[in-house]
Amino acid sequence: MNLIPQLIFVLILGVFTFLIYRRVARIKANILLGRSADYSDQSTARWKTMGLVAFGQKKMFKRWVPATLHFMIYAGFILINLEVLEIILDGLLGTHRLFAAFMGGFYTFLISFFEILAVLVLVSCVVFLIRRNILKLDRFHKIEMKGWPALDANLILIIEIALMVAILKMNAADQVLQSRGVPHYTQTGSFLISSMLVPFFQSYSDNMLLVAERAAWWLHIVGIFAFALYVTYSKHLHIFMAFPNTYYSRLEPKGKMDNMPEITNEVKMMLGVPVEGDPAPPAEGMKFGAKDVNDLTWKNLMDAYACTECGRCTSECPANITGKSLSPRKIMMDTRDRAEEVGANAGSTDDGKSLLGDYITKEEINACTTCNACVEACPVNISPVEIILQLRRYVAMEESGAPASWNSMFSNVETNFAPWKFAPTDRFKWADEMLDKNSGE
Amino acid sequence: MAELTAAGEVPEVLFWVGCAGSFDDRYKAVTKAFVKILNHVGVKFAVLGPEETCTGDPARRAGNEFLFQMQAMANIQVLDGYGIKKIVTACPHCFNTIKNEYPELGGNYEVVHHSQFLQQLIDDGKVVLKNGGEFKGKKITFHDSCYLGRSNGVYEAPRSVLQALDAELVEMKRCKTKGLCCGAGGGQMFKDAEPGNKEINIERTEEALATGASTIAVGCPFCMTMMSDGVKNKEQESVVKVKDLAELIAEAKGL
Repeated sequence: MNLIPQLIFVLILGVFTFLIYRRVARIKANILLGRSADYSDQSTARWKTMGLVAFGQKKMFKRWVPATLHFMIYAGFILINLEVLEIILDGLLGTHRLFAAFMGGFYTFLISFFEILAVLVLVSCVVFLIRRNILKLDRFHKIEMKGWPALDANLILIIEIALMVAILKMNAADQVLQSRGVPHYTQTGSFLISSMLVPFFQSYSDNMLLVAERAAWWLHIVGIFAFALYVTYSKHLHIFMAFPNTYYSRLEPKGKMDNMPEITNEVKMMLGVPVEGDPAPPAEGMKFGAKDVNDLTWKNLMDAYACTECGRCTSECPANITGKSLSPRKIMMDTRDRAEEVGANAGSTDDGKSLLGDYITKEEINACTTCNACVEACPVNISPVEIILQLRRYVAMEESGAPASWNSMFSNVETNFAPWKFAPTDRFKWADEMLDKNSGE
Repeated sequence: MAELTAAGEVPEVLFWVGCAGSFDDRYKAVTKAFVKILNHVGVKFAVLGPEETCTGDPARRAGNEFLFQMQAMANIQVLDGYGIKKIVTACPHCFNTIKNEYPELGGNYEVVHHSQFLQQLIDDGKVVLKNGGEFKGKKITFHDSCYLGRSNGVYEAPRSVLQALDAELVEMKRCKTKGLCCGAGGGQMFKDAEPGNKEINIERTEEALATGASTIAVGCPFCMTMMSDGVKNKEQESVVKVKDLAELIAEAKGL
């Protein structure tokens, strides 16, 4: 028996496992560049959210057309991968269609079912390519989508189409080989979809068929390994990150901003209120708000890696709709790109650059109305608002760089206890007006 | 409030008027309308009057956490000093801040928005509208405020208040969870918009006008300003009115 294909397979599997492992470790380290934040509570609610939002794609179904197409690719991806298990075992053991022998008719049914899924995936990917490139849906053509992001999206769809074609071609050639009684090709019966492709292969010689079937087999499995590695560098990482990211969803009302306990202690001391616990002085070098990725929480960075750049956030953003430079999707893409850059610098932010300034401008963060439309729209519960507000804190408290009219508003609140310049003593005037009117009647 | 305490009385609820409700001429009318309803129903309520100060919401959203916490702590001291348990406010920003953000600073109260309070009064039969009064059959659209809707999931209370008016409630294309912001949240009320090709309130007003409603109902002082400005910009102010929920109820009751 020829062991060379098995050895090659083991080698390829080993190399890809190593590369993917290394990349996953890097992504994990990049996410952990963020400061700590506690998301360890309410595990029941978290599992439920993950089940509904990630597994059940609840938020996708706000838009039926893409949701249905996306669901077919998603279901296809999960179920067809059961077949990958057989392919890997075949590759390692030098067997062919290992499961066919003991699954019998059920095997034929299962593969036929996978083939239906493969066709659905294929059709969905084609429709998605049309939506992106021919119908040119607005949200896929915003400024932040120029270049690599657009190419990335198209590559993913094309690779998925190629993988599905390989499955069908492999199965069709296999059936012809079976019908000719070529040894090693276990009888499986006819598969629902690929059997229709059989006529195209009937004129091939046995050798040509063997080449065609083996080529499709290798293309499919190496394609899957390569795709798995590619995904870790791509926006497509959402297929994995959607799950942890929805598990670690923010479960509090969307309007609630995170408290800054380090400020609470200072304010309490200023007001002469007793401070609970140990009022440790703020750590050396600590800053208020966020200037760079390591000032954000790990959850903000996980959000960035979970983003698949679908642009539902941006298409609902009132600032973006009215032509402002803010795009919540860009906030997430910038955060991820900067996390990658800092990760590549071994975690150091001392490269003369920062998230605020070099990636995200003040004009962008100042345009946010904190309306949470982006958060509501996100199919995987990402919050661009949380990042924007942390950047604003840095600008206001570390740089004193808030817009002049906000600075006036601050001083009004400080001196007049209202954001407008009214005399505090006039606060109850409305009641006097009511009394005057009543006594006049 | 100080007078009540001096008299040894405890109110059922504290009406948190908010800065717009205290100083803004347009929103003072909402404050008065709500007070008329409270008096009409006989709810024992109090206001802090000159002791009330900004919740700190705009400062926090604009990034000034120090100022927010100073305001919050001072307000909590006043509220706790009077032993306040329940608060109603006509401002979704005050509502969100006191309800969601004061607990972490030690202020724990039951907080309701005035739309929820009005709904309760209607449900309890304390406010009865016979045949809806002057709004019967008229087209009204409701503009969801972000800090009431998406921020806190309150979508139905304002709508059931409008239903009590027996009006025809027409929804805008973007409503409830998909409602479009008026453009004033997150501190935008206190500065000019960033460069763009349109004002957000114009975009939203166009959508509201497209419903053909003669009244745009709001439940927020900032939305009130933005939508009123939008309607003026479209020169529709003589035909389309922007009204707060409390004003509509007070008018329908002839208060």
